[in-house]
Amino acid sequence: MPIAEQHTSSEAAQTSSDKSWHGIVLQTLKRNEISLVPYVPDRVLTPLIKNLHADPFFTTFATAREEEAVGIVSGAWMGGRRGAVLMQTSGFATLANVLASLAVPYQIPLIMFVSERGTLGEFNYGQSLVCRTMRPVLDSLALEHHTITRLDELEFIADRSIKQAVTTQAPVALILNPLLTGGKVFDK
Amino acid sequence: MDTDARNTKVMNRFDVTSRLIAKLEREEAVIGGIGNTNFDLWAAGHRPQNFYMLGSMGLAFPIALGVALAQPDRRVFALEGDGSLLMQLGALSTIAALKPKNLIMIVMDNGIYQITGAQPTPAANVADIVAIATGSGLANSAWAADEEDFERLVEEAMSASEPSLIAVRIDDKPGVGATRRDPVQIRERFMHGLGVREPL
Ligand SMILES: Cc1ncc(C[n+]2csc(CCOP(=O)(O)OP(=O)(O)O)c2C)c(N)n1
Repeated sequence: MPIAEQHTSSEAAQTSSDKSWHGIVLQTLKRNEISLVPYVPDRVLTPLIKNLHADPFFTTFATAREEEAVGIVSGAWMGGRRGAVLMQTSGFATLANVLASLAVPYQIPLIMFVSERGTLGEFNYGQSLVCRTMRPVLDSLALEHHTITRLDELEFIADRSIKQAVTTQAPVALILNPLLTGGKVFDK
Repeated sequence: MDTDARNTKVMNRFDVTSRLIAKLEREEAVIGGIGNTNFDLWAAGHRPQNFYMLGSMGLAFPIALGVALAQPDRRVFALEGDGSLLMQLGALSTIAALKPKNLIMIVMDNGIYQITGAQPTPAANVADIVAIATGSGLANSAWAADEEDFERLVEEAMSASEPSLIAVRIDDKPGVGATRRDPVQIRERFMHGLGVREPL
């Protein structure tokens, strides 16, 4: 069980999956009318992806590359439909070009959820190195980003960040830290 | 498949683009890929439903897919160079899986990266774009034999019940115009053209 869920299990209604990190993300997407959710999967994102597929409100599907997913939600935004992209840290590392040549200059409110690999118990050296490239790339483009570590802050950060992205027409990256999701450890 | 490609006439990007634009009567969206592809779209005459890519090489089809998913009642065309498409071949399968029937993909195949100095692409002498598209799940893919055939394929695609891909063999000429490189205005005008927003 993810650490964050263990911490809150006594206070929160245990039966409601809405109080899990992925339940909160799903509900926040829905409340903000984000219905198009392409992704390249990550193990940690599995329950979120599964529940998005199960909910007819969402059009959710895998793409071959993360930048493809960014292109899709950018086109959808211009056509009047909101989307968000789900990916892993290594997927984010493929996006510098599309961020700098599409999302930022065209002022597209690209909403990204990044499952953070490479920290807090990473067992793959390559993943830990890729992870170190993420925040410098975000900072170099002055992109808004938040690292979410606590379940009790997730809804506030996600909801406010989505609204800010839309109203300021600027991309945002919401980084889902292992403290929130439990992450992926060697014996899993 | 190879024979199909070899038997096609070598056409011209600007001419083919102009023929496409002349056929549009229902505010169809058109996404122009990086470089020459959107330069010729611009040169064919600006329309509010045109979107011009100034970067993000290879994303003309994904961007068009997004528009097509957002507006299923509007036909959406995407113009892409062969070199650009090679960067994002996986997108063909994504489109095949989703089957948006309002999406029409046009590939301008000159076998080269014209705009960067006309270097041959790795696919130039070995791969067939229509075979790749068909193999990616896009059954409704064809080479245009000549200009007339191109126009016929466009007409067919406009009432097709699945996504269409039309590949056009073109010469090595550069684009004839140059898009005004104002990304915010391009995006905003496009959104007005699609009826998503009103001007201030
Ligand atoms: C990721 C990336 N790599 C390389 C480039 C440089 N570049 C810009 S356009 C282009 C060639 C495009 O070729 P194609 O799509 O076949 O169109 P053509 O120039 O032949 O009309 C290249 C290599 C780029 N903009 N982005």
